[in-house]
This record gives sequence, C-alpha cells and structure tokens, in this order.
Amino acid sequence: MLVQIDNLRIRFPTPHGLSDAVRNVSLTLGQEKLGIVGESGSGKSLTARSILKLLPGNAVITADKLIFDDIDVMSADEDAMRRIRGKRAGLILQDPKYSLNPVMTAGEQIAEAWRIHRGGSRRLAYRAAIDLLVQVQIRDPARVAAAYPHELSGGMGQRVMIAMMLAPDPELLIADEPTSALDATVQAEILRLIEDLVSRRGMGLILISHDLPLVSHFCDRVVVMYAGRVVEELRAADLLHANHPYTRGLLECLPALSHRQRRLAVMQRDPSWLEE
Amino acid sequence: MIEIAALSVRFGTIEAVRDVSFSVERGESFGLVGESGSGKSTVLRALAGLNRNWSGRMTVGNEVLAPQRSKDFFRRVQMVFQDPYGSLHPRQTVDRLLSEPLLVHGMDNIERRILRGLNEVALPAAMRFRYPHQLSGGQRQRVAIARALMAEPQVLLLDEPTSALDVSVQAEVLNLLMDLQQAHGLTYILVSHNLAVVAHLCGRIGVMQAGELVELLSADDLRAGRTRHPHTASLRELSIELEEPETSL
Repeated sequence: MLVQIDNLRIRFPTPHGLSDAVRNVSLTLGQEKLGIVGESGSGKSLTARSILKLLPGNAVITADKLIFDDIDVMSADEDAMRRIRGKRAGLILQDPKYSLNPVMTAGEQIAEAWRIHRGGSRRLAYRAAIDLLVQVQIRDPARVAAAYPHELSGGMGQRVMIAMMLAPDPELLIADEPTSALDATVQAEILRLIEDLVSRRGMGLILISHDLPLVSHFCDRVVVMYAGRVVEELRAADLLHANHPYTRGLLECLPALSHRQRRLAVMQRDPSWLEE
Repeated sequence: MIEIAALSVRFGTIEAVRDVSFSVERGESFGLVGESGSGKSTVLRALAGLNRNWSGRMTVGNEVLAPQRSKDFFRRVQMVFQDPYGSLHPRQTVDRLLSEPLLVHGMDNIERRILRGLNEVALPAAMRFRYPHQLSGGQRQRVAIARALMAEPQVLLLDEPTSALDVSVQAEVLNLLMDLQQAHGLTYILVSHNLAVVAHLCGRIGVMQAGELVELLSADDLRAGRTRHPHTASLRELSIELEEPETSL
C-alpha cells in the first residue's frame, strides 16, 4: 500500500476555538488512480497535501495513521519529509503560471529538479530535461527548454510542470486541479498524458478536481468529499449508480451538450450530510 | 441589437481576430466558443470598448461604435468577467461597488437600487457592507452581475462567467442569468470554452478558431451534431465524451 490514511482530522484555530476542515477521513492508495472530488472548501486539497505535510503552519493535524509507503508521515521530521516531497511524491498544481519560476527557462527548471534528486553534471541534467520534455509529448523540446514560462501557453506550461515532477521518478503523483486553468481540448490532452505516464511508470495518482464526470474518465476509484468528510467512495465506472444525494447533485447540476434542460438542478444541501 | 461586420483586431504584427461578422437580436443570447487564443475574448473586449485597435464596423442599438465610446455606451453595455476574485475592488464594500456605477451615470434612488440589485441576484441584504474577501466565489460573481445590472444596461457581455466556480454554483449562476434575461429583456453575448454551458444559455453559437469565425449554428444543431466545420465537430465530440461519466461495460 502506497498511502494509508486512517481517521485524518485537520483543524484550524479560529476565534471560537478549533474548527474542523477535514474530519474522520480514511483512505488507501496503491498503484492506482484515485480521484478526490468535491467543491471548494470540501477539504480535498488538504487531505491530499497532508501526505506531503504541506499544510498551512497553523493547521492542527491528527490521524490514527498517515503513512506514505513505509514512512510514518505523522512522526517524520522535515528531513524525512524532504526525501518524500518532490522525490518520491510529486505535486502538480492548478496554474503553471504561478508554480513555475518566471526567471528561469523551462529546461533549467527541469534540470534543477533532476540534479537535486539525482545529481550529475549540468550538461547531463539539461539533456535529461530535454528527454523529459519529449516524454510529456512536446514536439519541439529544444525550443521549449530554452523558453521562459511567460513564453509558453498554459498547456505547455503544465507539461513542463509534469516533466519536472517526473524527473526524480516518483512513486506517487498528486495532481491538484491540474487542468482547471486550461480549456477543454488541452485539458483532455493533459489528463490523458498524466494517465498514460502514471500507468506506464506504475505510479499511484491522486487527481483532485471538482468535475466529477471528468475525473471518472481518468481514475479507477473516486472519493467524494463534502464539508471535510468523505461522503461516498465508489469505482469510477459506478458513478451513475452513486447513492449519496450530494454525489448525485454534483452530476445533475451540470449542463449537458447531449440533451437540453430548461433549468439546471440546484443542489439542495441537507444538514444530515454533516452527521457521521 | 448588435451588429459586427468584418471585425479585425491586431496586436502588433499579430492579427488576433480576422474578418469576424455576426449579429445578435434584441433579447437574444449569442455564444462564442473556441479554444484559448482563438480570439473569442478579443472580439468581446473590442465590442466592450476595452481595446481600440480594431477595424471593421460594429453597432449596438442604432449607435455605430467609434474606438472612443460615449458615456452612455458604458451604461448600456456592461461586462462580467471570469474571475470574481480579480474583478471586484478588494478594498471596497459591496455597497460601494454597487453604488459606483450609479454615481458615475448620475442615477437617483441609490439606496433603493442597491437593495433591489442585491435582491435580484439573491444575495441577502446583510451582504451589503461586506468586503469581497468575506464572500464566496459564487457570491462574488453575483455581486459582479448585480454591479453590471446597476446602470440598467441593455447588453451584458459575459466572459467565461462561471468557469472559476464550482459546478453547483455554476448551475445557480446560469439559472440566475436566465431569469435576469427574461426579467429585463437583456441581450447576452457569452464567451466560453465550455460548449455545454454555451448551448444551455444561448440559442445561437459562433465557433472561433485561430482568430476566425469558422461556423455559425444553432444550439439545437450543435446538440444534434449537425455541424459543417470539422473544428466544431471535434469540439463537440470531445465535450460529449467528457461530460458523460465513465460507465461500466
């Protein structure tokens, strides 16, 4: 088992005491593709980032178990975490505009990631960077390697991010809304690329998104979160048979191209969803 | 209501929009779809008066548009942007945000109009003295829509108004836009890369690719796959493929 989370709770201090952001979340991940779906504030990103202990400094984390491979994340010190972050588990964020260094070329950034984790000369690392750009299906890798982030499109930037994450050959990839800033065509290309790389390299994938149907195309299993809790977990293929009214609501409120709706269904939130 | 003929927009040596023509009836919703960089937002911004480097002919109502717009134009034509985090002044309360267009256009009954505006977008009156950071993304977009409606415009230009929102909030905002259009007889131009959103709100749709309008068709034709241009067909195919959840075989 690559990741095991048992009874995770993440709280933040407020003027009225600690407030739960994530509550009683348990999940496991092997060499598979797991989707975490929910709205803003549902705790999906916090849950995934807890594996890397990349949470805001004032977060109070407790868990019965929070294990990455053989490392107990709860008791691991910063040194141990640094050996996981980037090296064994990569994180891809929403907008490459903000996650790439604007004053370094794409090639230099990927080469830097390569050297930090694998060592070797600059020349060797740069050559590896170009090879990685080929793997993320960039047609003109030498040109892209020499380009600065502002010279790249959103889709291209996200490919560079992915190439950088692949450099240390990680076992787990966490993709946090990797395509929300991209348009539909590029979105599909990037998700297909991630799916393909994850499958070929035998990695685990956690794909975080608010788009339930989209996630189902690229994941084996989907965890649906609402207000910090997991309300439903199901196989991606069983999405149409989802039981929880929240999961059904997420599917029903989408406009569809295939058929016409006079009015979109609006989510009727039920306070009982908050009870465990 | 809106006529655009042979519109071209240049950025330096790049022709971002080439020879685009379409017209929108009063009270109609027209959608522009296309990939990033296809020029759909550029068309909207040229129409809105945010970019003066265009050539061609544009009219709104009976007014032929010059690069420099009249004050009344900016009352009649309003724009709602994609990111409600970026489009509201962070240091202004909702009250101030909503009263500004009224002051600019010298409108009376400010108090009553603000309360009515909040009510119209289904925001409680208690939101009136909050700052944008105290609101959720959906609430902010409602404020942006309320602000656009303050000066009683005839045309609303919507640039990806729901793509920064959660799907559940998107449904609420799209329903709201539909209700407002009926209540006020507004004319909409909606720009989005999401075909399902555009087809939901708009009766007619223009498809853009690399700065050109490659196809004009009805939402019904788009749904039914009666497309003529291969780009429209490929956008449609992808959209349909991804909107259906994966099902067990």
